[in-house]
Amino acid sequence: MPKQTFVLNGERVTVKVADDERVLWVLRDLLGVTGPKYGCGINVCKACTSHINGKAFNPCSVKVGDLEPDDEITTIEGLADTVKGDLHPMQEAWIDRDVPQCGYCQPGQIMAAVALVRKVQREGGTITEADLDGIRNICRCGTYTRIREAVRQGARKM
Amino acid sequence: MHESSTTARSTTGHVDSPGGAGEVASGPPSLDRRRFVGYVLGGATLVTAADLTLGRVPARGAVPSLPQIPEIYDLEDLQTDAALATSQLITVTIREDGTAAFELPRMEVGQGIVTSTAMILAEELDLPMRKIEVTLAPARPELLMNQLTGGSNTTVSTFTPIRVAAAIARQQLLEAAAARLGTDADRLSTIAGTVVDAAGNAIPYGDLAADAASQVIKQVGVTLRPREEYRVIGTGRKRTDARAAVTGQKDFSTDLQVKGAKPTMVCRPPTHRGRPVRLRNEKQILKMKGVTHVAQVPTGIAVRAKTFGQCINAIRKMDVEWDLGDLAGENDESILEGLRAAELPMVVPQVPILAEQVDLDFEFMFRSSAALEPYAAIADVREDRAEIWAGLKVPILAQQNIARELGMTQDQVKVNVVTGGGSFGHKLFSDHAIEAAQISQAMGKPVKLMWHRADEPRQGRLHPMCTSRVRATMLAGQVLSFEQRHTSVVTDFSHGLGEIITSTIDEAPTEVGRYLGGLGFAETIFTLTQELPYNLGAVTQLLMETDQRFSTGSMRNIYSPDVCVAAELTIDEIARRMGKDPLELRLELCRNDRVRAAIEAVAKRGNWGRSMPKGTAQGIAVHKEYKGCTAVLVEIDCRPRTVNRKVRNAVTGPRVTKAVIAVDAGLVINPIGLEAQMQGGFMDGLALTLTSSCHLEDGRFLEASWDNYYYTRQWNVPPQMEVIVMDPDVDQPGGAGEAAVGSSAAAVACAYARATGSVPTRFPINHDTISFKPKSFIPPVPKSPTNGLKFTY
Repeated sequence: MPKQTFVLNGERVTVKVADDERVLWVLRDLLGVTGPKYGCGINVCKACTSHINGKAFNPCSVKVGDLEPDDEITTIEGLADTVKGDLHPMQEAWIDRDVPQCGYCQPGQIMAAVALVRKVQREGGTITEADLDGIRNICRCGTYTRIREAVRQGARKM
Repeated sequence: MHESSTTARSTTGHVDSPGGAGEVASGPPSLDRRRFVGYVLGGATLVTAADLTLGRVPARGAVPSLPQIPEIYDLEDLQTDAALATSQLITVTIREDGTAAFELPRMEVGQGIVTSTAMILAEELDLPMRKIEVTLAPARPELLMNQLTGGSNTTVSTFTPIRVAAAIARQQLLEAAAARLGTDADRLSTIAGTVVDAAGNAIPYGDLAADAASQVIKQVGVTLRPREEYRVIGTGRKRTDARAAVTGQKDFSTDLQVKGAKPTMVCRPPTHRGRPVRLRNEKQILKMKGVTHVAQVPTGIAVRAKTFGQCINAIRKMDVEWDLGDLAGENDESILEGLRAAELPMVVPQVPILAEQVDLDFEFMFRSSAALEPYAAIADVREDRAEIWAGLKVPILAQQNIARELGMTQDQVKVNVVTGGGSFGHKLFSDHAIEAAQISQAMGKPVKLMWHRADEPRQGRLHPMCTSRVRATMLAGQVLSFEQRHTSVVTDFSHGLGEIITSTIDEAPTEVGRYLGGLGFAETIFTLTQELPYNLGAVTQLLMETDQRFSTGSMRNIYSPDVCVAAELTIDEIARRMGKDPLELRLELCRNDRVRAAIEAVAKRGNWGRSMPKGTAQGIAVHKEYKGCTAVLVEIDCRPRTVNRKVRNAVTGPRVTKAVIAVDAGLVINPIGLEAQMQGGFMDGLALTLTSSCHLEDGRFLEASWDNYYYTRQWNVPPQMEVIVMDPDVDQPGGAGEAAVGSSAAAVACAYARATGSVPTRFPINHDTISFKPKSFIPPVPKSPTNGLKFTY
């Protein structure tokens, strides 16, 4: 069985698993990192959204064999450690706006929001209605309105 | 924050003498309504209890949405046999560390009841919320059917019992402190988890917990706080689990680590409710990477492996012979024909002399009630016992069903209730838990079962297809009659709602009981939930159900959203025929002041009647249920450039640009939580009217992904959304979880009709356009993509 090595939430990990196993199952079933959720397995619902080298990606649709040993994967569990302070400003905004209902999609929503804000900021802009309309993450509880408010609020502190 | 307030509260009640239960206090009625009896249970620390049937509102002419209690447990019986009585109780425990613990016999699925329950406890206990631990109770058969989470009923039914148990605990702590300080309890007061006296002595609850405990079961009376003294109830509190949710620490069923419970999935038939005959290539599957076991169960072929990815791979290789079942060859139109044939006739003849008639006929397609967390359950079935972990809204029934399936007695099956990743009615049933138990028994191993997303709309519970016909008769500017005939594919109520209803009907006042007694479960539930808040002359709303072949259930309401859409579109049509404004007509016909206030509130805040460009319009609608009501005003944009805007793999269509919701939920526990339920309910109503449905073709449902089943997405969300919380000045809390769906769906439908100039008759409005390529049926699950790194951002 091949050995797969990458950096997970700041620590180098090595797992024995076939190249074609999707990263989501490596995280959840083999490493016990359960923040990224399963909602479809086909890169549609975005509940598993995490970061690779600071950019948003969906581990359900990436083979573990395609990761490089120095690739840095950040899941919701590692997000707070990427900033100073207790929580990431986006997590704080989420709590402040009381966004979660069932909470199942929210790790993915927050990881998507952080990446979206970084992208918009890289491009020198600020979050627009069109940016918010473009978020594909599903929330079946319908927390969309508060998500929109929280993304804007979190962005102001990023 | 009120909880850190420095104002102490004095005692508001005295301990009655034991045995005082039967003596209902005389005095002003307002006090009577706050006096109850509960128990101090025997034990090492303070445990107090209340009968879960306390505070039940007697059924009246206007029958409540869901009867709350399966059985009246007579207080006289309780007095006679206190030990027996305790089996029916819910308890509050004060621990020696000063914290309070409470097991809620309901399921948290995102609706916020853990937070609101902690608030209710904080209120009566005078204890900060952070010192209150609310957990979900496992299946407790002794509660009979009083462990069902549904019908937006949790707060309605638990509000009083929880307060009684908490108030008795506080009272006992005061008594214990009084004994220690050599004073009277009524000279003491409580503040933030401490008993204090005028001299400045302060004793934390934790220090008193053992003193306050009793060796025997004691019955005591208590007076609850009056509403004017509330400091926690009615204030906005954020969810107690928010931090866990945003840091990835909140665990759902598949996040739990149970020893040996390996990932397990099921290869399911192509047709809805088809059945497996046999797996032709079991040997090949067992040789696949990671696969440990394969087993045939009634729903398909189960596979257990080291990872879910390996389960998916195995399912895709399975060669299964299927029995396609009763639905092979059926499609939307053939099912609809069956409904048409079953429709009940109207009473008022068509085209009566002189009068004018509105005759409308609506169709509502199948919808999937699946949550984002797919059905999932962990099962560890051994020779002589079984343990289950799952999101379950009726855990007692799950326990019974699992025991029966496994050939065990109920006490051999332990059922743990796990916080659900959404429910919307989907987890009323225990399909997932039963299936996991069957698989674990067949394999002889613990399993962590998860449904694939594709399984959910194809094999999961559906909101049934239905038609709703309405005929209204008008004469000289007055509505003389309003008849509605709702005809639906059978809604499955086998989750126990039926038993609750039947047992409660026996207790209803004679005339109500006589009327309902002759109806079946479904008709009874329909009658108990449907109420038009308008004066419309002779009103009849009747239900007929037909066709039992589908896996169905309630979906964030039972019949209400469809019935409400049909009725409110009819009201708009009546207004149009009479040359009246829709708001004006509604206010004219309204026969309830609370409903009127809600309608007026949205009309004012939403600036009803403002001038709008062609192709855009406002819509207004109301729904009365759950001991309250909601009114919704929306603005919709149906102009071509909006309707035809492009988003990849998405349905765009008309955009609701603004929504204003007024909610009267009676006494509000947590306005922040209530606002969240209104916003969420709106997103459901929006999807029901515009975008979300399942298509049946040759017995197979085409949908298999969130990019097929179009629940509301960000590009459909109204950029402007406002919620007004009404204050009706009442003591009774109402329901929230489902309250906004019907009125939202109806307001969007009314606005769409006004913007486009034609009344839609089939919902959702986009059903006749299939905007995706259906995924394969054999194999039944799609391959996970591998190109994810191309889409990073």
